[in-house]
Amino acid sequence: MIRLTGINRIFEVGDEKVHALNDVDLDVGAGEYLSIMGPSGSGKSTLLNLLGLLDRPTSGTYYLDDVDASSLSEDERATLRRDKIGFVFQFFHLIPRLTAFENVELPLTLAGVEPAERRPKVEAALESLGLMPRAAHRPEQLSGGQRQRVAIARATIMDPPVLLADEPTGNLDSASGSEVIDILEELNHRGITLLVVTHDEALGKRAKRRIHMVDGAIVEDVQQTPS
Amino acid sequence: MRGRDFIRLSTSAIVAHRMRSFLTALGIAVGIGAVVLLTSVGEGIHKFVLAEFTQFGTNIIAINPGVTTTHGVSGAVFNTTRPLTLDDADALRRIPQVLGVTSFVQGNAEVEHGKLGRSVTVFGAGAQTPDVLQLRPAIGRFLPDEDPRTARAFAVLGSKLRDELFGTQNPLGENVRIGGERYRVIGVMESKGQMLGFDLDDTVYIPTGRALAMFNREGVMEIDVLYDPEANSAEVAAQIKRILIARHGFEDFTVTTQDDMLETLGGILDILTLAVGALGGISLVVGGVGILTIMIISVNERTGEIGLLRALGASRQQVLSLFIGEAVVLASLGGAAGLILGVGGAWLLGATIPALPTHTPLSYVLMAELLAAVVGLTAGVIPARRAASLDPIEALRSE
Ligand SMILES: Nc1ncnc2c1ncn2[C@@H]1O[C@H](COP(=O)(O)OP(=O)(O)OP(=O)(O)O)[C@@H](O)[C@H]1O
Ligand SMILES: [Mg+2]
Repeated sequence: MIRLTGINRIFEVGDEKVHALNDVDLDVGAGEYLSIMGPSGSGKSTLLNLLGLLDRPTSGTYYLDDVDASSLSEDERATLRRDKIGFVFQFFHLIPRLTAFENVELPLTLAGVEPAERRPKVEAALESLGLMPRAAHRPEQLSGGQRQRVAIARATIMDPPVLLADEPTGNLDSASGSEVIDILEELNHRGITLLVVTHDEALGKRAKRRIHMVDGAIVEDVQQTPS
Repeated sequence: MRGRDFIRLSTSAIVAHRMRSFLTALGIAVGIGAVVLLTSVGEGIHKFVLAEFTQFGTNIIAINPGVTTTHGVSGAVFNTTRPLTLDDADALRRIPQVLGVTSFVQGNAEVEHGKLGRSVTVFGAGAQTPDVLQLRPAIGRFLPDEDPRTARAFAVLGSKLRDELFGTQNPLGENVRIGGERYRVIGVMESKGQMLGFDLDDTVYIPTGRALAMFNREGVMEIDVLYDPEANSAEVAAQIKRILIARHGFEDFTVTTQDDMLETLGGILDILTLAVGALGGISLVVGGVGILTIMIISVNERTGEIGLLRALGASRQQVLSLFIGEAVVLASLGGAAGLILGVGGAWLLGATIPALPTHTPLSYVLMAELLAAVVGLTAGVIPARRAASLDPIEALRSE
């Protein structure tokens, strides 16, 4: 599904060079569940942005579904991102003036899907996350947990094979946080490849495969033995 | 993205910020309103002046001495310009389509009756003058059709001159002195009012031959040829030229058909309309700057949203279009309001000040709306390009 080889990402700030990713190799199979942990500044977000095609590596190759992502144009990357990647952010990133329904619908709208085709999809997504009664509400009228559920519905409405979540529970209390993780895991059970960046040891331990990063390098990559 | 969704998304931000969208659109509305109103006034004046002008007969060709061209080459090149004479006028009578020929000269002289005297415009005129000026005698008759060189000393008064000299008295058959010579009044013209600052009623008409002698002139100022309305003006003009060139040796005169005059006048008036329209355009530019400002603010406020759109797979092009679309919708809404302001204002102006004619052609209305959209497009480009060029990661971090 995902194959990174010899990935480096170097930021140049003035004269200084920040080695945010240092020779990263990573293979992720379809349907895997990974948690990425590590101290602040270790390059977790940088790695996720790269996987999400929002960023390009300074060097190294990235294959997503056997497509060499580094050879693609900006527009091709946008299309690939639209069809293959779902993002969940710490700060939800819902558009405040749109209703929950419209926020979830947005990727379909941008992709030019017919309204008649969009409606049942969005309704099904909202229904499965228990958000149907909130469909007409705007983000400011929703709780944090509800907002993140709307964001997850939006991230998965295009049926992407990969879901990237950068600290999805960072802004939530532990109850709604674990609720959100439950949802993500349920999606993983149904086949989505899930990568979650988290600072929460307990949440990170729930993943079958755990990656630990320090200073831009993967220092630990353990497969949890079923217990 | 589908067209309707595109418009809906572009409009959503405008609706979300009602107050500031309203104020921004107001700037465009005032600009478009000013353009529509001012061009309406310009166009109204255009129509009004042309209408005034065509009150005079339309099947007339005027011949003036000297060469004046629209390209500024003056007649001075031919420094042997010969005056147009009464003989020239006679020669033109032989053209079959010609109904009448009048030679004109104009000057000022003192007209006296009893103890009253008045300095007025004196027209040397002929029997066809009423047709040329589209002006009839109110009482009595106009100058008879006779050889201008031996014409009798008859005078026809303008209505105002009659009022000044005779009051309510009947002037017909009375004698007046014009420039010291004695004339008998045989008619009084109907009132024509003012035109372009000229009082057409404070005048007196006397035979051209006598006026030439009075002003000690060799040639007339203008020969007016009245031709059959069915005839082709260019054809008649060509015959006039041929005859006069034969008599003068070369073209040292200018033949102007009514069509030429209207064209020249129309051109001048078009420039006038354009100039006042451009004046209104200044406020439109100010409105455009308002849109530019609000769109820059909007892009800054919505960086997170822009980053999100990119993360959801929107291309740079889509982000660019969305923000330009927003500016265009904003400007078009303002433009539509401006049209109502402008057309309504023009109507109100026309209704309250009847002397100020207004006219709003549909094409101007459409052009003004298009102009508003173009202003929005122009003002939207810079902020939209900023939005499209944002780094999505940076944009997403901006929370
Ligand atoms: N745009 C950038 N310009 C310069 N340096 C950057 C940029 N983005 C990230 N970095 C640097 O790269 C390194 C890795 O950053 P990254 O955001 O990936 O860390 P992180 O592991 O996600 O940390 P956190 O847990 O605090 O979110 C940091 O040292 C950071 O300062
Ligand atoms: Mg991070």
